[in-house]
Amino acid sequence: MSFEPKIVGFCCNWCSYRGADMAGTARMKCAPNVRIVRVMCSGRVDPVFVLKAFKEGADGVLILGCHPGDCHYAEGNYKAARRIPLLKKMLEQFGIEGDRVRLDWVSASEGDRFTKIINEVTEKIKKLGPLSQDERREHAKVETGSILVR
Amino acid sequence: MPKLKLALYWSASCGGCDVAVLDINERILDVAQIADIVLWPVAMDFKYHHIEALDDNSIDVCLWNGSVRNSEQEHVAKLLRAKSKVMVAFGSCAVSGGIPALANFINRDLAFERAYVEAPTNDNPNRVFPQTSTQVKEGTLELPEFWDTVLALGQVVPVEYYLPGCPPPVKLINQVVDALASGNLPPPGSVIASEKTLCDECPRVKKEKNINKVYRVHEIIPDPEKCLLEQGLICMGPATRGGCGASCILVNMPCRGCFGPPAGVYDQGAKMLSALASIYDAKNEGEIARMLGEVVDPAGTFYRFGMSTSMLVRKRI
Repeated sequence: MSFEPKIVGFCCNWCSYRGADMAGTARMKCAPNVRIVRVMCSGRVDPVFVLKAFKEGADGVLILGCHPGDCHYAEGNYKAARRIPLLKKMLEQFGIEGDRVRLDWVSASEGDRFTKIINEVTEKIKKLGPLSQDERREHAKVETGSILVR
Repeated sequence: MPKLKLALYWSASCGGCDVAVLDINERILDVAQIADIVLWPVAMDFKYHHIEALDDNSIDVCLWNGSVRNSEQEHVAKLLRAKSKVMVAFGSCAVSGGIPALANFINRDLAFERAYVEAPTNDNPNRVFPQTSTQVKEGTLELPEFWDTVLALGQVVPVEYYLPGCPPPVKLINQVVDALASGNLPPPGSVIASEKTLCDECPRVKKEKNINKVYRVHEIIPDPEKCLLEQGLICMGPATRGGCGASCILVNMPCRGCFGPPAGVYDQGAKMLSALASIYDAKNEGEIARMLGEVVDPAGTFYRFGMSTSMLVRKRI
């Protein structure tokens, strides 16, 4: 069985979620792996949400917001633009590849861009493989070294 | 009233918490008035079989300091849990893993490699490591099994009260002693500290937070009146529980987060990361890259005392 990653996608209400709607109404096709959670702003995405997604079994997290300068709340996407790279740096220290998290911008009219990003992210996470140890063994037959005592 | 039976135990800790117990000075005599000590390895000579001989629930209070990282500590935790009516996680290590839990960024093999081979004072060409059992001509010698992951006490046995701090401040220890003496105990699960953040009790002047450089503590001498975070130092105050009396802040050192997250917060590190990135003045890629460079060790800084109880618990290996 091929590996189908589970990806949590946070889309901001004003641009990216509308972009997803745009892709949907225009019947554009894209990978089905991203589960979308609508948030009011990419700045609302607390780094805790990303950690929790990984803890609960996600293989990747996608955060989409308005293009810089277009934020409905003026500054929210800039906050995300600082938090997410710092979070990625920290995740690397936890042994979680930074590439499992992607922050990008999609406007309400960019249905095509939305599907492109969804497909790219899904491809990337497929290459990285499952995050959980059990699934890694199952799918890739990867030896993971020392076994946890607890 | 019969005297209370009190046990104090240390597991993976530095001993500072035991010293903190003595820091209550003459009040230790009050403790001796109200309690008989049945176990205190750092100060008195008791053996485990003395504890094993006690009836279940016969110890009134056990103050446990230190995290749990091997099978002996787990065994004693379960033993003392069975014998004690009230278990107190005493100090950051017992509450949230503390400094020893930074070992959750490595595993047992790497810890042993560092401790028994790499450390400069070692002379171990044959790479001899501790074994759980060793045959010698007199018989079998046994050592506890060392774990890959350091845990907080509450992750091994149920705990009634949490007293954070590295070490817990005298004021809060006194509060616990008073509660024990009066029998007027808080509801189980309580954290003996403030419900609010450290910023709430910090005496410094706080204005608009907007920084364009993160300094490490050795790089500047901060202004003693102004908010440390506003001066570019990573002060964990916004993501840390208050109740310590701002003791580090008062000596011009930023908070390192030993009291753990405030009430209602699950992950101290993520909250601090979020707060710091929010106030950093960076909008383009170059500026953001500069910020990333200045925050040298985000995980070690934001989870300095709380790896065990953090959302991710340990590094993926």
